[in-house]
Amino acid sequence: MSHAYAGDDYGSYGYPGDRVSPRSRDRRPSARTTPRLTLDWQRTDRAATLREHSARFGPLPRHAGGRPDLLDQVEAARLTGRGGAGFPTATKMRAVAARRRPAVVVANGMESEPASEKDQALLARAPHLVLDGISLAAGAVGAAEAHICLPRTRSWLTDSVLAAVAERQRAGIDQISIAVHELPHHYVSSEETSLVHWLNGGEAKPTTTPPRPFERGVGKRPTLVDNVETLAHVALIARYGAEWFREVGTREATGTMLTTVTGGVSRPGVYEVEAGTAVGDVLELAGLQAGAEAVLIGGYFGTWHDIAAVEGRPFTAAGLHPVGASPGAGVLFALPAEACGLAEAARIMRYLASQGAQQCGPCMFGLPAVADDLGQLAAGRPEGDPLSRMQRRFGVITGRGACRHPDGAVRMAASAIQTFQADAHAHAQRRACFSAQRGRHHGRQQTAMLPVPRPFAEGDWR
Amino acid sequence: MPGGQLWPAAGHVLAASSYGPSPLWYTARATGVVALILLTITVALGVAGTARLSSQLLPGVVRSGLHRNVSLLAVAFVVVHVLSSVLDPYAGIKLISAIVPFSSAYRPFWLSLGAIAFDMLLALVLTSLLRSRIPYRAWSVVHWLGYACWPIALWHGLGTGTDSRLSWVLILFGACALVVAGAVGTRLNLAASSLNRTAGLAGTAAFVVATIVFVAVGPLQPGWARRAGTPASMLGSAHPASGTPGRTGAAR
Amino acid sequence: MTMTLQIDPIACTGHGLCADLLPELIELDEWGYPILADSVPPDLLAHARRAVSACPALALRLVRVQHQLGPRHQASARPGR
Repeated sequence: MSHAYAGDDYGSYGYPGDRVSPRSRDRRPSARTTPRLTLDWQRTDRAATLREHSARFGPLPRHAGGRPDLLDQVEAARLTGRGGAGFPTATKMRAVAARRRPAVVVANGMESEPASEKDQALLARAPHLVLDGISLAAGAVGAAEAHICLPRTRSWLTDSVLAAVAERQRAGIDQISIAVHELPHHYVSSEETSLVHWLNGGEAKPTTTPPRPFERGVGKRPTLVDNVETLAHVALIARYGAEWFREVGTREATGTMLTTVTGGVSRPGVYEVEAGTAVGDVLELAGLQAGAEAVLIGGYFGTWHDIAAVEGRPFTAAGLHPVGASPGAGVLFALPAEACGLAEAARIMRYLASQGAQQCGPCMFGLPAVADDLGQLAAGRPEGDPLSRMQRRFGVITGRGACRHPDGAVRMAASAIQTFQADAHAHAQRRACFSAQRGRHHGRQQTAMLPVPRPFAEGDWR
Repeated sequence: MPGGQLWPAAGHVLAASSYGPSPLWYTARATGVVALILLTITVALGVAGTARLSSQLLPGVVRSGLHRNVSLLAVAFVVVHVLSSVLDPYAGIKLISAIVPFSSAYRPFWLSLGAIAFDMLLALVLTSLLRSRIPYRAWSVVHWLGYACWPIALWHGLGTGTDSRLSWVLILFGACALVVAGAVGTRLNLAASSLNRTAGLAGTAAFVVATIVFVAVGPLQPGWARRAGTPASMLGSAHPASGTPGRTGAAR
Repeated sequence: MTMTLQIDPIACTGHGLCADLLPELIELDEWGYPILADSVPPDLLAHARRAVSACPALALRLVRVQHQLGPRHQASARPGR
């Protein structure tokens, strides 16, 4: 498997200015796990206690220099958000800090992406890293209030986090108290405006922006909403510095990242790899199985690709941009040899269609319509011409909702049709797809591969 | 007599009122009935709007334009209805009673229903005219009053009106009630929530039944005029509320 | 400086009165929701205003834009999971 980097420009994604160490310009991230956040996770089967955490990483740093210190470090480290959007963290933090009113910090531990498990793993194994990050970020942006939002469906996680918060309170190490909340767990509930809306007493549904949370969020105050992994990285940057953070990764994508690899791999799970590792290398780490030829990159909001087309590309936003993909929250799902990509895509589509906030017509009606079309194709029972119907609908649905939910769903569906073209045409002519033929038992019922969660209590957004 | 003071010439005509209902009284009754019909049409069109009912003959914009214009026409008729009732000297209804409930001597409760309905109608129309300048929620909350305004207007007509025993009036009012109940029922049938549907249909049915019962034990019974609160000075003994002019200003 | 129509997608419930009044610029998709053209030519401005006031949900707005952006997006929420 070649790891050649096509000499294309990965774009100036991220930070203005280019204060980079000459070493990292030429480094190619190696195909191995790099234990920074995940240090010593295998030691025990449970969350690290405050004592273990302090022994592992050292005590919570106090910045004698005051607020700007941490912001400078995070900026120099070129940390970007790990929740999917990949926004430069320091820029966001500075935007919140610059505003006059006291700020609010919200840690996003919702992880509504069904194919992602990294945030759960992080909170379950190293909650103090996240809580450190919240505490440090609050100090840096001048926040008087901090919250962490978790899904109601993972009560074991809430218990773990509550225990960690209690430990810290007893030890008196934080300047700020961190409130732990359990939110309804719909797909769109983990979007940052959903969190803010819920914390303000509303439903966990996205709201139209402006204003964005950093301008006016919880209690009308400037609010910093960050993914829990991002905050964990902040906790380590505060201890070891920006230079240390940049020692691994590439020029554009620094440090390490957590990724969830599932599907046709022999060792599915959460891996911590250097940012910029090639997609193929990450899949290999998890033990890509023979015959797995397609991969869903970025989760349910992501896109389907032939592995051969993407295996050499760095698993970063800039690296995947030329092929129209994005790592999202670091999610990879390898399609097993015996699975049908269209069937999986149809299942995802049906799930996404049910997960909209039901606020906008084109999404409320368009997504189920596309899910039907895709379902017809996948079952090999097309009514009329579902392919051209879908193409038409894709154009009509995108951009006409209040949030990006329908756009993401449509993009996923379109990529499935593109990548599984041959299957699509076969299904359209009422023939079984190639994967059914490849499977060990010809014509057996396709077993579902991707996890589709049971729908959260319908109508409960509060 | 107030009328005589305002219009000396008309005073002669109005003076005739002491021998029976004056043209003003007939005007009041007639405009009241027409106003109710117009309000019925308004409500039906409004409900059709919420149910998204439209056709080639009645596209959405026409339906919504009609709803608006018919409601304004209804207001015009209600204003004439109010003025003629006030100007007519017979019942001694003051102008203030048109908007303040329980301020009239004549059938205070039933007249107050009219005042309440009129207040609601004014609020509805005013907020609708200013719709683009007020928050949508404010307009919406006030507009819901329409569902209360219409039944109150109907009961005002049945209770205050002296024609409630006339068969053609009852048939007309019944038809209006049928139209509104039908429209509301059709709309409720389309409701997504079955709770809303059952509750709404039950409420509508209850209202229809209550109205029938009311008419049966109220206006259709002898002695209704007295029970409704017509001042004793205006009650005659010979003619219970029949709507026909009596020689001595009989009970109306 | 051009005038464009914008829709609040959450307020819009697909009544379709706007498309009746301004078929040149507003088309309904298969589910009854409006698809807007890019800008409002001056000769259709009066019709556009009528369409804006006719919307039962007050979801249609006429706004002035400094310059033409690409495909019209409602100010959007970024997916951050």
